[in-house]
Amino acid sequence: MAILVYAEHNGSELKSGTLSAIACAQEIGGDIDLLLTGGDCAAAAAAAAKVPGVRKVFHADGAHLEHHVAENVAPIVERLAGDYEYVVSAASTSGKNIMPRVAAKLGVQQISDITQVVSGDTFVRPIYAGNAMATVQSEDPIKVITVRTTSFDPVAADGGGAEVEAIDAGSDAGLAQFVGADISESEGPELTTASIVVSGGRGLGSAENFHHIEELAQGLGAAVGASRAAVDAGYVPNDYQVGQTGKVVAPDLYIAIGISGAIQHMAGMKESKVIVAVNKDPEAPIFEAADYGLVADLFEVMPELKEQLKSG
Amino acid sequence: MKILVPVKRVVDAYVKVRVKSDGSGVETNNIKMSMNPFDEIAVEQAVRLKEAGTASEVVVVTIGPQQAQEQLRTALAMGADRAMHVSAEGDIQPLAVARTLSAVCDRENPDLVIMGKQAIDDDANQTGQMLSALRGWAQGTFISKLEPGDGDVTITREVDGGLEKLKLPLPAIVTVDLRLNEPRYPKLPNIMKAKKKPIEEVSTDDLGVDVTTRLKQLKVEEPPARKGGIKVSSVAELVEKLKNEAKVI
Repeated sequence: MAILVYAEHNGSELKSGTLSAIACAQEIGGDIDLLLTGGDCAAAAAAAAKVPGVRKVFHADGAHLEHHVAENVAPIVERLAGDYEYVVSAASTSGKNIMPRVAAKLGVQQISDITQVVSGDTFVRPIYAGNAMATVQSEDPIKVITVRTTSFDPVAADGGGAEVEAIDAGSDAGLAQFVGADISESEGPELTTASIVVSGGRGLGSAENFHHIEELAQGLGAAVGASRAAVDAGYVPNDYQVGQTGKVVAPDLYIAIGISGAIQHMAGMKESKVIVAVNKDPEAPIFEAADYGLVADLFEVMPELKEQLKSG
Repeated sequence: MKILVPVKRVVDAYVKVRVKSDGSGVETNNIKMSMNPFDEIAVEQAVRLKEAGTASEVVVVTIGPQQAQEQLRTALAMGADRAMHVSAEGDIQPLAVARTLSAVCDRENPDLVIMGKQAIDDDANQTGQMLSALRGWAQGTFISKLEPGDGDVTITREVDGGLEKLKLPLPAIVTVDLRLNEPRYPKLPNIMKAKKKPIEEVSTDDLGVDVTTRLKQLKVEEPPARKGGIKVSSVAELVEKLKNEAKVI
């Protein structure tokens, strides 16, 4: 059996999500090759070759691949896919953007966002934002899979020595054209990959009070999130929203401040390793999910929390 | 510009889903069903383009059981012009949906397809990308902004860690994210008017599409329950536990 992993990188090294996708490929079992695409990315290909257990790195380089436009990348994956039984990628925005195109062209049903490998053709994946787990079996000859990266510990990035083979990079499909990017305007880490997330809810009472959440997050090096109630009340923009219709996060530590714990919010954060809740209502449903609950008026405890967690 | 918006009937986002005791799926009998929230955003965007004079016609389509016409009526009440119902029972998976929508595109020749980035039931996040690949049309996924141009649209996409802007020649397919807009609540007169708008009924056979289930669902289970937590009495105790017991800070 052979597995092709679509590798994402920042120009010089592999992204951690790809190292998790490789860990998933190892669980499936078989020879693992990587495909790395980009513009002027030989350094990243060399870094990819150092991942232990990788047999070969295919490297496609071209200006039309620099921004990983799906219409340009997918045909390369598709061309190689015929030699593999599995095509695997992280369920990142890039993986989600590209892999369904590959599956459609191969005429197979993609298996999205898997959290567990049961056997060579059977996988577990969350549905209903993680409120249920489905075990699914694929009979397709090539299994196109995206991997929930929080479910697989990344493999080591160093120690191997795979061969790098330059391959035909194809040409510009002439469809979507890259205009520009605005990456990470906020100083904190990105919400979906942060190891600590601090979220605020309606308990904050106003947009002005949201600075409490931002300051606590800053002290911890955490990302800032919010409940839908806080977003709907206009405290913060929509992209802060953690929940069934927002972002699904699974950090090591999730701190919910003034969040009651509506179903739709819990669906987005209950896979977090440790959950802390601060709420003045002892009956708030968030306490059922919290490892550590503090029943208190958030405005009374925030100064102390900020101070103590900053030094931590 | 003619716009096609596919919509899906799903369990309402505010319902707590329950896994059936026999593990065959989640309970959907006597449960409130709604339009997939991302699809509502797609309909809203299409209607705004119509109101701005950019779009000439907004057609909504759904693939599903007879009751899915309720969601088409909602889209019509929001301002779509007409609807198509592709009748189908059971689990219609993303590849089958994309093939069906491609057949609908053959009939309707839209300039722009606006759809939700994923449905909140199966959370697959595939259909728009698959449709784009099948048709060879430009793709813009997870968009938070759409600016119509002359023969193209410029979109802003939400990507890991930030935003990305792409220019898409038409025809194109975009999938929408939450930030794009806030869908309207249909007003009563519009709900009444929507009852008179046409819904065309076709079958997957009429469209010549094979919708056989390819991914077999063996079982559905509750996610592992979280272990009961404890209440702490002070910030000091909380910080001590996080440091020495949970070891997360």
